[in-house]
Amino acid sequence: MQESRREETLRMKRIYALEEHCLGCKLCEVYCVASHSVSKDLVKAHKTEEITPRVIIESSGDTSFALQCRHCDDAPCARACITGAMQKDPVTGIVSCDSERCVGCWTCIMACPYGAIRRDKYGRSIISKCDLCAEEGEPSCVSHCPNNALIYKELEANERGVE
Amino acid sequence: MSLTMKSPEFLIDRDDDRCINCQVCERQCANEVHYYDHDLSKMSAVDLNCVNCHRCVTLCPSKALRISKYPLEYKENYNWSAEMINNIFKQAETGGVLLTGMGNPSRKKIYWDHLLLNASQVTNPSIDPLREPMELKTFLGRKPERVEFNGEGNIVNLPPQLELGTPIMFSAMSFGSISLNASKSLARAASELNMMYNTGEGGLHQDLYQYGENTIVQVASGRFGVHKEYLNAGTAIEIKIGQGAKPGIGGHLPGEKVGEEVSRTRMIPQGTDALSPAPHHDIYSIEDLRQLIYALKEATVYAKPVSVKISAVHNVAAIASGIASAGADIIAVDGYRGGTGAAPTMIRDNVGIPIELALAAVDDRLREEGLRNQVSLVVGGSIRNSADIVKAIALGADAVYIGSAALIAMGCHLCQKCYTGKCNWGIATQRADLVKRLNPEIGVERLKNLVKGWSHEIKEMLGGMGINAIESLRGNRLMLRGIDLNPNELEILGIKHAGE
Repeated sequence: MQESRREETLRMKRIYALEEHCLGCKLCEVYCVASHSVSKDLVKAHKTEEITPRVIIESSGDTSFALQCRHCDDAPCARACITGAMQKDPVTGIVSCDSERCVGCWTCIMACPYGAIRRDKYGRSIISKCDLCAEEGEPSCVSHCPNNALIYKELEANERGVE
Repeated sequence: MSLTMKSPEFLIDRDDDRCINCQVCERQCANEVHYYDHDLSKMSAVDLNCVNCHRCVTLCPSKALRISKYPLEYKENYNWSAEMINNIFKQAETGGVLLTGMGNPSRKKIYWDHLLLNASQVTNPSIDPLREPMELKTFLGRKPERVEFNGEGNIVNLPPQLELGTPIMFSAMSFGSISLNASKSLARAASELNMMYNTGEGGLHQDLYQYGENTIVQVASGRFGVHKEYLNAGTAIEIKIGQGAKPGIGGHLPGEKVGEEVSRTRMIPQGTDALSPAPHHDIYSIEDLRQLIYALKEATVYAKPVSVKISAVHNVAAIASGIASAGADIIAVDGYRGGTGAAPTMIRDNVGIPIELALAAVDDRLREEGLRNQVSLVVGGSIRNSADIVKAIALGADAVYIGSAALIAMGCHLCQKCYTGKCNWGIATQRADLVKRLNPEIGVERLKNLVKGWSHEIKEMLGGMGINAIESLRGNRLMLRGIDLNPNELEILGIKHAGE
């Protein structure tokens, strides 16, 4: 049982960043916010709601890429979570955080090997992380990247990826 | 100089109700137009820096940006337009030559728009290209005086030919004037579409040798990047004598664009200006040209057609006839609207003649002299749509070169600032952060879509005329009629007026 579940999650679709095409424009952040808003309206989401982008743009000089949660198979953040707010869905493989149960202890932030979790920008005791836009089919950052620098796919058997 | 008289060309109009201060515009503008004003907590703009390339407008996620002409009226004067006055201000400040990019934008007659195509009605049936085969395949190169077959039924003694799936090729644009990502997009699109792209005078980057079958390698007056492997890497060789945007003058790639890759490809030191002389210093006559044509043929064992590209100038027909006699297999004529990465404005806007007239004159002259079968005729500068192509072929062209249209497909917005090297679309630049903006995967797709769309439209127009092969349209000027043209123009174009 344990083995087959591992197989299943290994084959989940993940977001991969192609830094050679990333412009560092941060449109992924903008659309991430819109997609996680209540209004689902880009302008209102930014002007009237307080939403922390769930994607992090790392940059140094001309090189940049968008970093999101890798939805690790062993999910150290979920193991570290003291309230059980952070969970890895056994079916979809998506690691998500229930903000009702999150107490803002930041243990997951310390446990994350990728630095893909951040604190809420507006001072609330909750964290912000990518949920792969579970409700929308394709993550919003991927569909709105102007230069196809983000791809959403299952790894081929011979490709190396994050486990 | 203390006082500058420069005024902004464009006005940035930002809808604050829509702007979300995401600063995408700021990050995307190489001209440093947009900035976040921390005191006012909102975005602001330096209108003077704007070149109206639409990068910010296109990427603005909330569509908060509009750009308009700067509403600055000059005292009304038909003779001294604002443009003339501003040019003088600029030169009085700098003492320099006015520079510009892309093709001649001035208000002169566009002959394509005065040509009308025919269609079949009743007496001859039109053809539906979706139901019946329609041939666009085009062969460029010298055609033999007569066709001979061997025992197996194959043609023998056929001079080398370029085979094109559609009568379209990408014009010469050098790596240096455009980015490597733009060159890659053109090369890959050409190979996937079974057509040709042209290296321009930039040599061939090592990554592009793999597309050799779809490459025309250019030899121009600076001879940059020319060596034996280069000549043999392509399927044809083009000697560039002139370019429509700047007939009679050479090229100048500023040193700042000559980075490591460009330097290696062009075989010149990094950071040095790449100056192409105005003439080829070994060509002062048709006989000299013949020597170069045959030197190149010798270097490539007579396996590749040699093209000679000239600008459309006053005496173009006689020059073309000389080029045909000199042994060229293809003549490429570039009209005065042809694009460029950099040219003196006065030259671009005032030198040369329209390609439509040049094409008709050259085709007539070659026919009169019995030379037409010895050379293929390719025209460019500027072909804007598929109807222009059909008209060009009916006037006598074998195929067309598209340059500006291909760049526009990749994102160019014709801001005409190629010469600054700050192309926000990642096309006419060598700045690593800007080059990135053109993902070749996307560039290839967009180019392929354009050529596919145009090819489809060409088939539709051919079908409408009751023609099922592009060959049957070539030089078929009865398929054309003129509108709003005077008798002189009609005579040069060799067509009748609409209604006749």
